[in-house]
Amino acid sequence: MDVIISFCTALVALLICLQVTVLLLWIERKGSALIQDRVGANRANLFGGLLPFNLGIVNTMMADPLKLLTKEDIVPAAADRFLHWLAPWVAVFPLFLTFAVVPFGDVIVVGGREINLQAVALSGGILFVLAMVSLGVYGVIVGGWASNSRYAFLGSVRGSAQMISYEIAMGLALVSVVLTFGTLDLQEIARVQGRLMWGVVPAWGVFYQPIAFVLLFIAGIAESKRAPFDLPEAESELVAGFQTEYSGSKMSMFMMSDFIEVAIVAALTTTLFFGGWQVPFLYRDGFHFPGGLTVAIPSLVVTLLQIVSFLVKVFVFCWIQILIRWSLPRLRYDQLMAFGWKKLLPVGLANVAASAVLGLLLEGWTGT
Amino acid sequence: MDRDVILFWVVAVLSVASALTAVLHRNPVYCALALVMALFQVALMFVALDAHLIALLQVIVYAGAIVVLFLFVIMLLNLEPDAPTRGRYGMHAATIMVAVVLGVEIATAVWISEPGSPFPAPFDLGSTRMVAQRLFTEHLLPFELTSVLLLVAMVGAVVMARRRV
Repeated sequence: MDVIISFCTALVALLICLQVTVLLLWIERKGSALIQDRVGANRANLFGGLLPFNLGIVNTMMADPLKLLTKEDIVPAAADRFLHWLAPWVAVFPLFLTFAVVPFGDVIVVGGREINLQAVALSGGILFVLAMVSLGVYGVIVGGWASNSRYAFLGSVRGSAQMISYEIAMGLALVSVVLTFGTLDLQEIARVQGRLMWGVVPAWGVFYQPIAFVLLFIAGIAESKRAPFDLPEAESELVAGFQTEYSGSKMSMFMMSDFIEVAIVAALTTTLFFGGWQVPFLYRDGFHFPGGLTVAIPSLVVTLLQIVSFLVKVFVFCWIQILIRWSLPRLRYDQLMAFGWKKLLPVGLANVAASAVLGLLLEGWTGT
Repeated sequence: MDRDVILFWVVAVLSVASALTAVLHRNPVYCALALVMALFQVALMFVALDAHLIALLQVIVYAGAIVVLFLFVIMLLNLEPDAPTRGRYGMHAATIMVAVVLGVEIATAVWISEPGSPFPAPFDLGSTRMVAQRLFTEHLLPFELTSVLLLVAMVGAVVMARRRV
């Protein structure tokens, strides 16, 4: 029975990850069109256009992956065939695993059995996220090298340098969050944020650690290699960077890894700074608004509301990332490095020191 | 059979195989990737011993950062697969010496350690909380000294690099 339960929670986590990714593909195409005042993807149509309306989301979501998966797979003659094949898998696999520690709901009790709505309840959840994100660099570096092409190689060198640099800022942001909440367990962090400050404001991490939130978000966008940090695939200089020599389904796996990274950054931001699955004033037995108003809600509905709340927050942050991607121009490479090492890193260090001092002065300021 | 025992044998075979690949493969890029694989297996070994913190740090530090730098250097130097090794006999002798010394060391450690020590560890010795408590109370001085050592090494590296330019 325990095996079945953990299988189900893992499956749900994986499905959330995959669905967010596929939806992002559509949101990105239509959203970019919205931002640039275009119509966007409107060619794909179900049933050969027999329907009077265009089922936009459905057919784009089905047509895009189908198109990508059925395209010819070309491997350059001079490429290292095995590593060329391996790289996309290495890029995608650790990112899927990252979602395993992200909690998408509270612990629910079904038939006297406690089910934790988190695929793997790891006490070192934040460290696990860092470990998996740091492995993502291998897909880029191996893919670029195995292609045996100048553009791809330059892209992969840029990509790995960028990812290692911004990992540090990300790590420092996570350290200050850990200092605030006093735990590495993501589920525990999400649960603590259900409290209220002064009885009114939900005690979300962003109120304790606003600087860490900005740091993590910027570093996260840089990790996902998207504009304004898309130097590794800068198309005006490097054709398509590290994925120049990739086509068909392998290329789509690299694309997917970018989208999963967007989703991971959104999920992390949600969990650490915006209460995770918490709905303000919602507790296990229903809403308790400040002022004494109470609305009782069955626990299953509460769980559903929590999952929906988590997904809504994740999509909001995905959308903000897409908005940033399509509105900001690309940095120059020296600007990118200077920004990471000379701005984000000192700010992150100062924030860690400040959090530590504050944590000592106001012992138990989060009530943990 | 016990789950831990099965895990141990799978990980043991894979780690030895990838370590051998790291040493014996002709293409240095494959060697570095096999090294990542070996480090990963060791991390799994730590998980089996309930030392989750060490396992995660192993992945973050070694697989996530150090071997990436190895790969960087290998790729930028564009080492030919199976580069000629003539005139490097001194290097080979040194390698064999280090290997022998390490082997003897490990063998002695295994020899003098008590057989049948509990597996996994009886209490949460490897949990983040326990490691942190030990590190910042009993072993605070060595810990801080290590950080000074790292700082010195870092400054030293910068100074050495400056001189070349």
